[in-house]
Amino acid sequence: AQGFTLPFEAAFSFPQTDCSPFASLAVSPLQPAIGTPEMGDSQYSFSLTTFSPTGKLVQIEHALTAVGSGQTSLGIKAANGVVIATEKKLPSILVDETSVQKIQLMTTNIGVVYSGMGPDSRVLVRKSRKQAQQYFRLYKEPIPVTQLVRETAAVMQEFTQSGGVRPFGVSLLVAGYDDNGPQLYQVDPSGSYFSWKASAMGKNVSNAKTFLEKRYTDDMELDDAVHTAILTLKEGFQGQISGKNIEIGIVGADRKFRYYIEAIAYGLWLN
Amino acid sequence: MSIFEYNGSAVVAMVGKNCFAIASDRRLGVNLQTIATDFQRIFKIHDKLYIGLSGLATDVQTLYQRLVFRHKLYQLREERDMKPQTFASLVSAVLYEKRFGPYFCMPVIAGLGEDDVPFICTMDCIGAKELAKDFVVSGTASESLYGACESMYKPNMEPEELFETISQALLSSVDRDCLSGWGGHVLLVTPTEVQERTLKSRMD
Repeated sequence: AQGFTLPFEAAFSFPQTDCSPFASLAVSPLQPAIGTPEMGDSQYSFSLTTFSPTGKLVQIEHALTAVGSGQTSLGIKAANGVVIATEKKLPSILVDETSVQKIQLMTTNIGVVYSGMGPDSRVLVRKSRKQAQQYFRLYKEPIPVTQLVRETAAVMQEFTQSGGVRPFGVSLLVAGYDDNGPQLYQVDPSGSYFSWKASAMGKNVSNAKTFLEKRYTDDMELDDAVHTAILTLKEGFQGQISGKNIEIGIVGADRKFRYYIEAIAYGLWLN
Repeated sequence: MSIFEYNGSAVVAMVGKNCFAIASDRRLGVNLQTIATDFQRIFKIHDKLYIGLSGLATDVQTLYQRLVFRHKLYQLREERDMKPQTFASLVSAVLYEKRFGPYFCMPVIAGLGEDDVPFICTMDCIGAKELAKDFVVSGTASESLYGACESMYKPNMEPEELFETISQALLSSVDRDCLSGWGGHVLLVTPTEVQERTLKSRMD
């Protein structure tokens, strides 16, 4: 009874001429017949992202659903900087809101916000920070935003093609300012990444994107972008929006990413 | 005889006004016997970055191949050339990886950085970087080269004068070293062009 680590291994060793009455009880061609000792192994030993007959990777679709039901986050690229923001709805008033931080630094000039499963994003941020530092140790130069995004996306893709792991349940919005100016990237659980002028993810994504499409201009200044970001969050907010339940991250031409766990700290109390 | 003196070599780089020059000898020997008089020690990484490698010839060639490999991948991934400072950090890291079984090479890196500001540096065989504003030397003739460069060097030399100076410094130094010489190879790099010249010298 050997465990299959890749789907094609299972396909090659599946008995082709199984005429037993229980053959039809096998759930899929890649699982051994029920009642055999191999049955228990195979549930866990091939990749969860095996292709479906329609050509989709079902686990990635489910991961995107997890992202879509997460709290809304968005990002806007201005002419002289980038802003990312997210709503921060805490499960109870007893939670110490000063301890909750969704926007995090990857390097001093690159920050990230997520929609989806928080713990998954922490793992990714940890790996990305390490990769950024390895790049710096090798070249003594801060890592360009595109390179960091590419490496983060490569990590996410690995988890869609390995045995015994599941894809990450987060989409990331990476905002940074480097020699190529302000940049905003979205990275999905599949490992694909896109550069955006403005984007939203999570619960209210279609309304938020429509709102952003109307409001976005190419020559927006950073302050306007922050204002627009907060307005967009307010559009889809259930309940009372306040400076305390949104989080903002900003990076400007000074290349220092700053985050404000209470927007009120930035002086933008909006009502 | 030490492993660094097995093949014999001399490499020098000098900074001028918005330009730099890098020069080397052309002898390849095996102990005291001369095997070749056209050995290449200075290699191009990209149009504005050159590396000269002195020391054991096999390591010179292998190290050059490894560095060009790394730079080509960098060019493909980042869609730009490496800055000289970045490349120097890379060479230092590559050499230190082999800390306990090193490449027997002492590189001399010379390039034009951002805004075409000349950059030169050298390092020992395990990657200890040494930046300089005027000149750097390496090889079996390094002691003579230090003396010659120190006395002949002036800051802010124009390309033609820089070429003369570096050639004289190289030739007079290798004449004092039996393991290097047999001709010279000088590259003069300005923001607009690269001049490559071979020097005729005492063939002994």
